[in-house]
Amino acid sequence: MNILRLVIQEISRRKINFLLGLLSITLASAVISHSMASLARHDLRTSEIIRLKEEETAARMASLEDDYRIIMKKMGFNLLIIPENQNLADLYAEDFASSFMPESYVDTLAASGQVSIRHLLPTIQKKVEWPEYRRTVILTGTRGEVPLLHLDPKEPMQDPVAPGEIILGYELHRSLDLSTGDEVTFMGRNFTVSECYDERGSRDDITVWINLATAQEMVKKPGEINAILALKCMCAPDQLADLRGEIGSILPGTTLIEKGSRIITRAEARKRARAEAVAAIEAEKEARIQLRSEMETFNAILIPAVLAACGLLIAFLFWNNVRERRSEIGILRAIGVGTGKITSLFLVRALLIGLTGGIAGLLIGNLGFPGGLLSGGWIPAFQVAGTSLLLALAGAWIPTYAGISTDPAIVLMED
Amino acid sequence: MVEVSDVMVLDHLCKSYLKEGRKIKAVEDFSTTLRPGEINAVCGPSGCGKTSLLLLAGGLLSPDSGRVLAEGENISALNANRKAQWRSRYCGFVFQQYHLVPYLTVYENIISPELALGKTAGRRAEADRLCADLGLNDRKHHFPGELSAGEKQRTALARALYPGPKIILADEITGNLDSRNARLVLDLLAEYRNRGGAVLMVTHDSSAAAEADRIISMEEGRIIHDGE
Repeated sequence: MNILRLVIQEISRRKINFLLGLLSITLASAVISHSMASLARHDLRTSEIIRLKEEETAARMASLEDDYRIIMKKMGFNLLIIPENQNLADLYAEDFASSFMPESYVDTLAASGQVSIRHLLPTIQKKVEWPEYRRTVILTGTRGEVPLLHLDPKEPMQDPVAPGEIILGYELHRSLDLSTGDEVTFMGRNFTVSECYDERGSRDDITVWINLATAQEMVKKPGEINAILALKCMCAPDQLADLRGEIGSILPGTTLIEKGSRIITRAEARKRARAEAVAAIEAEKEARIQLRSEMETFNAILIPAVLAACGLLIAFLFWNNVRERRSEIGILRAIGVGTGKITSLFLVRALLIGLTGGIAGLLIGNLGFPGGLLSGGWIPAFQVAGTSLLLALAGAWIPTYAGISTDPAIVLMED
Repeated sequence: MVEVSDVMVLDHLCKSYLKEGRKIKAVEDFSTTLRPGEINAVCGPSGCGKTSLLLLAGGLLSPDSGRVLAEGENISALNANRKAQWRSRYCGFVFQQYHLVPYLTVYENIISPELALGKTAGRRAEADRLCADLGLNDRKHHFPGELSAGEKQRTALARALYPGPKIILADEITGNLDSRNARLVLDLLAEYRNRGGAVLMVTHDSSAAAEADRIISMEEGRIIHDGE
């Protein structure tokens, strides 16, 4: 005869009470484990969605690379019109022309009716010293896009820089700690910083852009420019020789070279696509985090409510069980069984209910979740089982304590 | 004068209860000595304090004053757990309502004191002997709900005898029995007495009292007669 045997005998005698208790703990355990498994599954699903999105983005980027290549073939390309006497070795070394030609060339070209060339940007460029900061910079004067008179006016691809304003490349504004709106003195003239460019990884990072006329004055080349950038030229690269002859006839003393802007354009497009893809992934993450937060809020209400209800039911069932067994408690005490052992009769019963119900609920709560709660390791499963056990023991404790505190003499005399 | 050979000495026991604001004296200045090999019947009208006396003797009630001495030890001064230990080896209780554990079989009820005593070699043979002696062999594996009143009381008596107690404290044990079963139970008590056991038996039943070696009459918690 031992406590466990007595408990098992009692359970087999009072099956309904035990089964109701078991059901109650199973329900609580199932709700907790289902809630935890839902969150775990949500997290797994989130990781899976993000992984797929990232893979999809990578695939799309690869695909875009090809698309851009194909599109670029069909798109126009950029030409640089420079003085004929420009040493190309110097041009490629410095990345800007050092010879000059009249600014009026751009107006001549714009008025010529030449249909292959679009968007004309006259510039003057020179490497100069920024004496106020002892920095060598590329000074670029620009007047923005010159409209082509034979075509319908279109939105200009580049705005002019207004007189008195200056635009700074990344390295300059970063190292000089300048930002938009700051007043600066450049080669003895005062300017307002109207824009600070992001990093481009090119000589643009050490370039300052100012109004063309102002730049011409500062480098003492009034009415002269280095180059005309012709953007989106609508002809195939193999027609470049023909186009060179055509431009030469309009602008004598000039030549033209292709400007490597297609690569830049493609990189820009790719960068923008990647940024949008990253933003889309971030938006997805945010949405998943929001959904998880809502699930947690719901669980924060549901789980305590279920625990309270199940705890009350367990307490009621144990109260009933203890009440039915008053006489048994009395006689056990009369034959000399200590209160500790009598208490253990009820607590072992609660332990069996807690463990069995906890495990059953764990299994039921994870139905339909492959791997379910256990995908996060054994700790969540132990947490659920432990909570179930504590719930059963807590529900049993007060009725048990009340039962063993009853004077056995009163019970034995009552009957 | 307490002699070590005495099974139990009830020394000036007093016990009272509060009922509806009134103090009811259940046992008042009760003194007697219970010796081995003696059946002591306590008689008296209902409410005279007989059951309270029995529970005081078994340490289930604590006296307001006075002492219960067993082999020279003051049982009343022990804490609840030590009283329980003492009771498990020294006293056997039998009640009118049997108080069998309903989900245990006859045999399991008989050996249930092992919960307090622990299982010891050879004791199961005593359980088998008791089943045989008390005519319970063919009921060993039956539950209390399947037994007659006489069988229940014999099971309760076997449970009380199983640990080999020095004294049986019996409360109206023939109260629910027909004359044949009552006779059987009284014969078993007599046999226990003949083996040197002491019995303190509370009874209304004159035939049960007639089996006693000594009759103590009570009224309003006091002894009004103590003799053979």
